[in-house]
Amino acid sequence: MPSMTSDLASHPSMLEARDLRKHFGGVEVLKGVSLEIARGDVVAVIGPSGSGKSTFLRCLNHLETLDAGHLVVEGETLASTDAAGICRYVPEPDLRRICRKMGMVFQQFNLFPHLTVLQNIIEAPITVKGLARDAVIPRAEELLRKVGLLDKRDSYPSRLSGGQKQRVAIARALAMEPDIMLFDEPTSALDPELTGEVLRSMRQLAEEHMTMLVVTHEMNFARDVSTHVVFMDQGQILEARPAAEMFANPSHPRTRSFLEHML
Amino acid sequence: MNYVIEILGPLLEGTAVTLQVFLITLVLAVPLGLGLALIRVSPFRIASGIVSGYIWLMRGTPLMLQMLFIYFALPFVPVIGVRLPDFPAAIVAFVLNYAAYFAEIFRSGIQSVGKGQYEASRVLGLSYGQTMRRIILPQVVKRILPPMSNETITLIKDTSLIYVLAMNDLLRAARGIVQRDFTTMPFVVAGAFYLIMTLVLTWGFLYLEKRYAVYDE
Ligand SMILES: Nc1ncnc2c1ncn2[C@@H]1O[C@H](COP(=O)(O)OP(=O)(O)OP(=O)(O)O)[C@@H](O)[C@H]1O
Ligand SMILES: [Mg+2]
Repeated sequence: MPSMTSDLASHPSMLEARDLRKHFGGVEVLKGVSLEIARGDVVAVIGPSGSGKSTFLRCLNHLETLDAGHLVVEGETLASTDAAGICRYVPEPDLRRICRKMGMVFQQFNLFPHLTVLQNIIEAPITVKGLARDAVIPRAEELLRKVGLLDKRDSYPSRLSGGQKQRVAIARALAMEPDIMLFDEPTSALDPELTGEVLRSMRQLAEEHMTMLVVTHEMNFARDVSTHVVFMDQGQILEARPAAEMFANPSHPRTRSFLEHML
Repeated sequence: MNYVIEILGPLLEGTAVTLQVFLITLVLAVPLGLGLALIRVSPFRIASGIVSGYIWLMRGTPLMLQMLFIYFALPFVPVIGVRLPDFPAAIVAFVLNYAAYFAEIFRSGIQSVGKGQYEASRVLGLSYGQTMRRIILPQVVKRILPPMSNETITLIKDTSLIYVLAMNDLLRAARGIVQRDFTTMPFVVAGAFYLIMTLVLTWGFLYLEKRYAVYDE
């Protein structure tokens, strides 16, 4: 796989995944996936259904446990595999600390229904980081203003539209001040007219140079916002290139037919 | 009417016994049931299996049998054998029995919360304990209110079983007067007392359900 950090060699890589392998039952879902992401990269992961995009993302922050591979986040090793093929993660406290550098937004939002919008956002900073409530609220309100939902501060999630829920989910993830944001099809559960508001928030985040890894079927987002595009098929990355190149002339025939199909 | 007022005294004393058994059981069995449920859903296979066995035993045999066993047979069991006076024996039996029922209610409540809630908590950095305390259990409370309401109403009525240990609860007090005065009036009054207690419970749970209705799933 070509490294994606070509023009950013002076920066240490933000995330380095090497030869990730994962199977469910007898099915090999990731067959050796490698990817390197530099600070500020916005990487769109595209590919057909069942190709392992979600599994790849979930392996990065330990929602799934790897069978084999190496994972390095901001220079810190998260998991490594020895010569005998045994995959080891760092001890639990380090594991949790390193995984916290990655925020995640899910297709199904997964907001906490018993908490108001504001409470959803301040829960983790207070409980996990031990910050004072008073210190967290102004920052939470600022995040809410950014995603355009300050007026929904005291609403419960069930009162929000899908697009609003997803924007709260983004604000909630950002409240933990992650260095990398992972998105798994953030707009796929939304009515078409609501995807725009979520994509706008994501685009804004990209403009602020957040490092992002986005599994998406939104080809417009992949083309206009992402810096790099990764095409996955059958548990492998077939192609990983700067976005403009990828759309101008995809080199792999499978990528080409997928893009033709999607555009 | 004068007669009713006359028998009110002993019936109220019986009610006090009934309420004591009820309240002490509730206060002890709810946390114990929660603890059992948490072990039951934990990844510790052996502990979880032991709890399942315990729940099966407690729900699979009559409460009255358990109470008689603890009072009459426990003193002769080697090692753990102790002789308990009637009231503590009844409380132990009720708590052990009801904890099993509450554990099942908590367990089904915990397992009804979707996996997405755990994953969202996890990626935000919450530990398993924090996830349970801050995210899962608060949602479980809302979900288990209806079955808990049922179970506590059953408990109020089950307290009448302590008559087998010759304790003077509401029903036994009523029966004593019936046998003495050859009138069924005390049963009617006792029935009214039970109805009032279950009514208060029903209202209490309705109030809680209303409070939790501020959010939907
Ligand atoms: N927990 C699991 N247990 C068993 N099989 C799983 C599990 N998760 C995913 N799979 C399987 O792994 C394969 C890859 O799934 P994955 O969700 O990663 O694909 P995807 O590229 O995200 O697809 P989609 O675009 O439909 O979301 C699929 O065949 C799926 O059925
Ligand atoms: Mg997926």
